[in-house]
Amino acid sequence: MSTAPTLESLSVGDVVAGGSFPLTRDSLVRYAGASGDFNPIHYRDDVAVSVGLPGVLAHGMLTMGFAVQPVVDWAGDPARIVDYQVRFTRPVLVDPVDGAVVTVVAKVGAIDEEARVARIDLTVTFNDQKVLGKAQARVNLA
Amino acid sequence: MNPELQGRVFPPAPPYLVGREKVREFSRAVFATNPINHDPEAARAAGYADVVAPPTFAVVVQEATLAQLLSEPGAGIDFSRVVHGDQRFSFSRPIVAGDELTATLTVASVKTLGGHSMVTAESNVVDAGGEHVVTATSTLVVRGDE
Repeated sequence: MSTAPTLESLSVGDVVAGGSFPLTRDSLVRYAGASGDFNPIHYRDDVAVSVGLPGVLAHGMLTMGFAVQPVVDWAGDPARIVDYQVRFTRPVLVDPVDGAVVTVVAKVGAIDEEARVARIDLTVTFNDQKVLGKAQARVNLA
Repeated sequence: MNPELQGRVFPPAPPYLVGREKVREFSRAVFATNPINHDPEAARAAGYADVVAPPTFAVVVQEATLAQLLSEPGAGIDFSRVVHGDQRFSFSRPIVAGDELTATLTVASVKTLGGHSMVTAESNVVDAGGEHVVTATSTLVVRGDE
Protein backbone atom coordinates (compact mmCIF):
# COMPACT_ATOMS: atom_id res chain seq x y z
CA MET A 1 0.00 0.00 0.00
CA SER A 2 1.36 3.38 -0.95
CA THR A 3 1.63 6.10 1.67
CA ALA A 4 -1.17 8.62 1.87
CA PRO A 5 -0.49 12.20 0.94
CA THR A 6 -0.86 14.54 3.92
CA LEU A 7 -3.35 17.39 3.91
CA GLU A 8 -0.61 19.76 5.14
CA SER A 9 1.52 19.05 2.07
CA LEU A 10 -1.22 20.26 -0.31
CA SER A 11 -2.03 23.72 -1.64
CA VAL A 12 -5.01 24.74 -3.73
CA GLY A 13 -4.01 24.58 -7.39
CA ASP A 14 -1.41 21.79 -7.01
CA VAL A 15 -1.57 19.19 -9.75
CA VAL A 16 -1.55 15.87 -7.88
CA ALA A 17 -2.27 13.31 -10.59
CA GLY A 18 -3.25 12.83 -14.20
CA GLY A 19 -3.19 10.52 -17.15
CA SER A 20 -3.96 9.93 -20.76
CA PHE A 21 -6.50 7.27 -21.70
CA PRO A 22 -6.53 5.93 -25.27
CA LEU A 23 -10.00 4.54 -26.02
CA THR A 24 -10.88 2.25 -28.90
CA ARG A 25 -14.17 0.68 -29.92
CA ASP A 26 -12.90 -2.40 -28.05
CA SER A 27 -12.79 -0.31 -24.84
CA LEU A 28 -16.49 0.51 -25.30
CA VAL A 29 -17.49 -3.11 -25.90
CA ARG A 30 -15.48 -4.14 -22.85
CA TYR A 31 -17.20 -1.49 -20.73
CA ALA A 32 -20.63 -2.45 -22.09
CA GLY A 33 -20.06 -6.05 -20.98
CA ALA A 34 -18.57 -5.13 -17.61
CA SER A 35 -21.26 -2.60 -16.71
CA GLY A 36 -24.29 -4.12 -18.42
CA ASP A 37 -24.97 -0.90 -20.35
CA PHE A 38 -25.75 -2.19 -23.84
CA ASN A 39 -27.17 1.00 -25.31
CA PRO A 40 -26.28 0.52 -29.02
CA ILE A 41 -25.18 4.16 -29.44
CA HIS A 42 -21.96 2.94 -27.80
CA TYR A 43 -21.16 0.35 -30.47
CA ARG A 44 -23.32 0.86 -33.59
CA ASP A 45 -22.71 3.81 -35.89
CA ASP A 46 -26.03 3.32 -37.69
CA VAL A 47 -28.00 3.58 -34.43
CA ALA A 48 -25.93 6.56 -33.24
CA VAL A 49 -26.56 8.40 -36.51
CA SER A 50 -30.27 7.55 -36.46
CA VAL A 51 -30.67 9.43 -33.14
CA GLY A 52 -28.80 12.47 -34.46
CA LEU A 53 -25.30 11.77 -33.15
CA PRO A 54 -22.21 12.10 -35.33
CA GLY A 55 -21.16 8.54 -34.46
CA VAL A 56 -20.48 6.07 -31.67
CA LEU A 57 -19.86 7.67 -28.27
CA ALA A 58 -18.06 6.45 -25.18
CA HIS A 59 -20.35 5.70 -22.22
CA GLY A 60 -20.35 8.73 -19.93
CA MET A 61 -19.93 6.32 -17.03
CA LEU A 62 -16.80 4.88 -18.67
CA THR A 63 -15.25 8.36 -18.78
CA MET A 64 -16.35 8.98 -15.20
CA GLY A 65 -14.88 5.59 -14.26
CA PHE A 66 -11.35 6.01 -15.58
CA ALA A 67 -11.10 9.75 -14.87
CA VAL A 68 -10.94 9.11 -11.11
CA GLN A 69 -8.35 6.31 -11.29
CA PRO A 70 -5.31 8.63 -11.14
CA VAL A 71 -6.81 10.13 -7.96
CA VAL A 72 -7.44 6.69 -6.42
CA ASP A 73 -3.83 5.72 -7.12
CA TRP A 74 -2.56 9.00 -5.68
CA ALA A 75 -4.69 8.59 -2.55
CA GLY A 76 -3.26 5.09 -2.08
CA ASP A 77 -6.42 3.52 -0.65
CA PRO A 78 -9.82 3.49 -2.39
CA ALA A 79 -11.49 4.00 1.02
CA ARG A 80 -10.16 7.56 1.01
CA ILE A 81 -12.47 8.50 -1.89
CA VAL A 82 -15.55 9.56 0.07
CA ASP A 83 -17.45 11.33 -2.69
CA TYR A 84 -17.18 11.59 -6.47
CA GLN A 85 -19.42 13.56 -8.80
CA VAL A 86 -19.46 14.67 -12.42
CA ARG A 87 -21.70 16.43 -14.92
CA PHE A 88 -21.73 15.01 -18.44
CA THR A 89 -21.31 18.03 -20.69
CA ARG A 90 -19.87 16.78 -24.00
CA PRO A 91 -19.74 13.41 -25.72
CA VAL A 92 -16.49 11.57 -26.51
CA LEU A 93 -16.69 10.40 -30.13
CA VAL A 94 -14.69 7.23 -30.64
CA ASP A 95 -13.45 6.80 -34.20
CA PRO A 96 -13.56 3.16 -35.40
CA VAL A 97 -9.95 3.37 -36.65
CA ASP A 98 -8.24 6.07 -34.61
CA GLY A 99 -10.18 5.75 -31.36
CA ALA A 100 -10.09 8.72 -28.99
CA VAL A 101 -7.61 9.95 -26.41
CA VAL A 102 -9.04 11.44 -23.22
CA THR A 103 -6.76 13.40 -20.91
CA VAL A 104 -7.20 13.86 -17.17
CA VAL A 105 -5.56 16.49 -14.95
CA ALA A 106 -6.33 16.35 -11.21
CA LYS A 107 -5.78 19.50 -9.15
CA VAL A 108 -6.43 20.44 -5.56
CA GLY A 109 -9.63 22.51 -5.68
CA ALA A 110 -10.25 23.09 -1.99
CA ILE A 111 -8.99 21.94 1.40
CA ASP A 112 -11.30 21.38 4.36
CA GLU A 113 -8.97 21.30 7.38
CA GLU A 114 -11.74 20.50 9.82
CA ALA A 115 -13.12 17.50 7.91
CA ARG A 116 -9.57 16.51 6.79
CA VAL A 117 -10.87 16.30 3.22
CA ALA A 118 -9.25 17.58 0.01
CA ARG A 119 -11.50 18.32 -2.95
CA ILE A 120 -9.70 17.24 -6.09
CA ASP A 121 -11.01 18.84 -9.28
CA LEU A 122 -10.66 16.90 -12.50
CA THR A 123 -10.20 18.51 -15.89
CA VAL A 124 -11.15 15.87 -18.43
CA THR A 125 -10.61 16.76 -22.08
CA PHE A 126 -11.01 15.24 -25.52
CA ASN A 127 -9.86 17.16 -28.62
CA ASP A 128 -8.97 20.10 -26.33
CA GLN A 129 -12.56 20.41 -25.08
CA LYS A 130 -13.81 19.57 -21.62
CA VAL A 131 -16.16 16.59 -21.58
CA LEU A 132 -17.05 16.63 -17.87
CA GLY A 133 -18.21 19.58 -15.79
CA LYS A 134 -17.94 19.92 -12.01
CA ALA A 135 -15.89 16.72 -11.83
CA GLN A 136 -14.87 16.54 -8.18
CA ALA A 137 -13.53 13.78 -5.96
CA ARG A 138 -13.45 14.30 -2.20
CA VAL A 139 -10.51 12.53 -0.61
CA ASN A 140 -10.33 11.91 3.12
CA LEU A 141 -6.74 12.43 4.30
CA ALA A 142 -7.38 12.06 8.04
CA MET B 1 -43.03 13.32 -16.66
CA ASN B 2 -45.37 12.79 -13.76
CA PRO B 3 -44.53 15.45 -11.10
CA GLU B 4 -46.16 13.30 -8.41
CA LEU B 5 -43.14 10.99 -8.63
CA GLN B 6 -41.26 13.37 -6.35
CA GLY B 7 -40.69 11.77 -2.98
CA ARG B 8 -41.63 8.29 -4.18
CA VAL B 9 -39.66 5.46 -2.57
CA PHE B 10 -39.45 2.29 -4.65
CA PRO B 11 -39.29 -1.20 -3.12
CA PRO B 12 -35.69 -2.41 -2.54
CA ALA B 13 -34.16 -4.07 -5.63
CA PRO B 14 -33.19 -7.75 -5.26
CA PRO B 15 -29.83 -8.14 -3.44
CA TYR B 16 -26.71 -7.90 -5.64
CA LEU B 17 -23.89 -10.29 -4.73
CA VAL B 18 -20.55 -8.75 -5.71
CA GLY B 19 -18.37 -11.36 -7.43
CA ARG B 20 -14.58 -11.29 -7.48
CA GLU B 21 -14.36 -11.87 -11.23
CA LYS B 22 -16.97 -9.15 -11.86
CA VAL B 23 -14.84 -6.69 -9.88
CA ARG B 24 -11.78 -7.68 -11.93
CA GLU B 25 -13.71 -7.40 -15.20
CA PHE B 26 -15.06 -3.96 -14.26
CA SER B 27 -11.62 -2.84 -13.07
CA ARG B 28 -10.07 -3.74 -16.43
CA ALA B 29 -12.87 -1.88 -18.23
CA VAL B 30 -12.21 1.40 -16.34
CA PHE B 31 -8.39 1.13 -16.54
CA ALA B 32 -8.04 0.46 -12.80
CA THR B 33 -4.64 -1.14 -12.50
CA ASN B 34 -4.12 -1.11 -8.72
CA PRO B 35 -3.38 -4.63 -7.37
CA ILE B 36 -6.08 -4.02 -4.71
CA ASN B 37 -8.65 -4.19 -7.54
CA HIS B 38 -7.36 -7.49 -8.95
CA ASP B 39 -5.38 -9.52 -6.43
CA PRO B 40 -7.10 -10.88 -3.29
CA GLU B 41 -3.72 -11.14 -1.53
CA ALA B 42 -2.92 -7.48 -2.19
CA ALA B 43 -6.42 -6.53 -1.04
CA ARG B 44 -6.07 -8.55 2.19
CA ALA B 45 -2.66 -7.02 2.84
CA ALA B 46 -4.36 -3.61 2.62
CA GLY B 47 -7.01 -4.66 5.14
CA TYR B 48 -9.87 -5.71 2.83
CA ALA B 49 -11.65 -9.07 2.82
CA ASP B 50 -11.30 -9.45 -0.97
CA VAL B 51 -10.68 -7.42 -4.14
CA VAL B 52 -11.96 -3.83 -3.96
CA ALA B 53 -14.25 -2.40 -6.65
CA PRO B 54 -13.39 0.91 -8.36
CA PRO B 55 -15.61 3.82 -7.16
CA THR B 56 -17.96 3.82 -10.15
CA PHE B 57 -18.74 0.10 -9.83
CA ALA B 58 -21.60 1.31 -7.63
CA VAL B 59 -23.46 2.15 -10.85
CA VAL B 60 -23.82 -1.58 -11.57
CA VAL B 61 -25.66 -2.02 -8.26
CA GLN B 62 -27.67 1.16 -8.81
CA GLU B 63 -28.78 0.08 -12.28
CA ALA B 64 -31.59 -2.22 -11.11
CA THR B 65 -33.19 0.68 -9.25
CA LEU B 66 -33.00 3.01 -12.27
CA ALA B 67 -34.65 0.26 -14.31
CA GLN B 68 -37.51 0.26 -11.76
CA LEU B 69 -37.94 4.01 -12.19
CA LEU B 70 -37.75 3.99 -16.00
CA SER B 71 -40.20 1.10 -16.35
CA GLU B 72 -42.71 2.53 -13.87
CA PRO B 73 -45.91 2.79 -15.93
CA GLY B 74 -47.10 5.95 -14.20
CA ALA B 75 -43.76 7.77 -14.45
CA GLY B 76 -44.23 8.99 -18.01
CA ILE B 77 -40.52 8.68 -18.83
CA ASP B 78 -39.75 7.97 -22.50
CA PHE B 79 -36.50 6.01 -22.30
CA SER B 80 -35.46 6.97 -25.85
CA ARG B 81 -35.36 10.63 -24.78
CA VAL B 82 -33.36 10.13 -21.57
CA VAL B 83 -29.88 11.67 -21.28
CA HIS B 84 -27.63 11.15 -18.26
CA GLY B 85 -26.98 14.63 -16.84
CA ASP B 86 -25.15 14.23 -13.54
CA GLN B 87 -23.85 11.38 -11.44
CA ARG B 88 -22.62 11.29 -7.87
CA PHE B 89 -21.45 8.63 -5.43
CA SER B 90 -21.16 9.29 -1.69
CA PHE B 91 -19.36 6.49 0.12
CA SER B 92 -19.26 5.19 3.66
CA ARG B 93 -16.81 2.54 2.47
CA PRO B 94 -15.65 0.95 -0.81
CA ILE B 95 -17.50 -2.03 -2.32
CA VAL B 96 -15.60 -5.31 -1.83
CA ALA B 97 -16.11 -8.72 -3.50
CA GLY B 98 -18.42 -10.83 -1.33
CA ASP B 99 -20.66 -7.91 -0.39
CA GLU B 100 -24.37 -8.55 -0.69
CA LEU B 101 -25.83 -5.17 -1.49
CA THR B 102 -29.40 -3.92 -1.52
CA ALA B 103 -30.32 -0.67 -3.27
CA THR B 104 -33.43 1.40 -2.64
CA LEU B 105 -34.38 4.29 -4.91
CA THR B 106 -35.99 7.53 -3.80
CA VAL B 107 -37.08 10.18 -6.29
CA ALA B 108 -35.43 13.24 -4.77
CA SER B 109 -36.81 15.78 -7.23
CA VAL B 110 -38.71 16.25 -10.47
CA LYS B 111 -38.27 19.54 -12.30
CA THR B 112 -39.38 20.95 -15.62
CA LEU B 113 -37.11 23.42 -17.37
CA GLY B 114 -38.24 24.75 -20.72
CA GLY B 115 -39.44 21.71 -22.64
CA HIS B 116 -37.20 19.33 -20.70
CA SER B 117 -37.81 17.43 -17.49
CA MET B 118 -35.18 16.47 -14.96
CA VAL B 119 -35.49 13.73 -12.41
CA THR B 120 -32.98 13.23 -9.63
CA ALA B 121 -32.93 9.69 -8.24
CA GLU B 122 -31.05 8.70 -5.09
CA SER B 123 -30.25 5.02 -4.64
CA ASN B 124 -29.23 4.13 -1.13
CA VAL B 125 -27.03 1.02 -1.05
CA VAL B 126 -26.64 -1.01 2.15
CA ASP B 127 -24.78 -4.24 2.93
CA ALA B 128 -26.14 -7.51 4.33
CA GLY B 129 -25.89 -6.06 7.84
CA GLY B 130 -27.95 -3.04 6.84
CA GLU B 131 -24.96 -0.68 7.06
CA HIS B 132 -24.71 2.14 4.52
CA VAL B 133 -22.11 1.57 1.77
CA VAL B 134 -22.83 4.20 -0.87
CA THR B 135 -25.53 6.54 -2.10
CA ALA B 136 -25.64 6.80 -5.90
CA THR B 137 -27.42 9.86 -7.25
CA SER B 138 -28.32 10.31 -10.90
CA THR B 139 -29.94 13.23 -12.61
CA LEU B 140 -31.65 12.15 -15.81
CA VAL B 141 -32.76 14.69 -18.35
CA VAL B 142 -35.79 13.77 -20.44
CA ARG B 143 -35.75 15.83 -23.62
CA GLY B 144 -39.03 17.36 -24.67
CA ASP B 145 -40.45 17.48 -28.20
CA GLU B 146 -38.19 19.38 -30.54
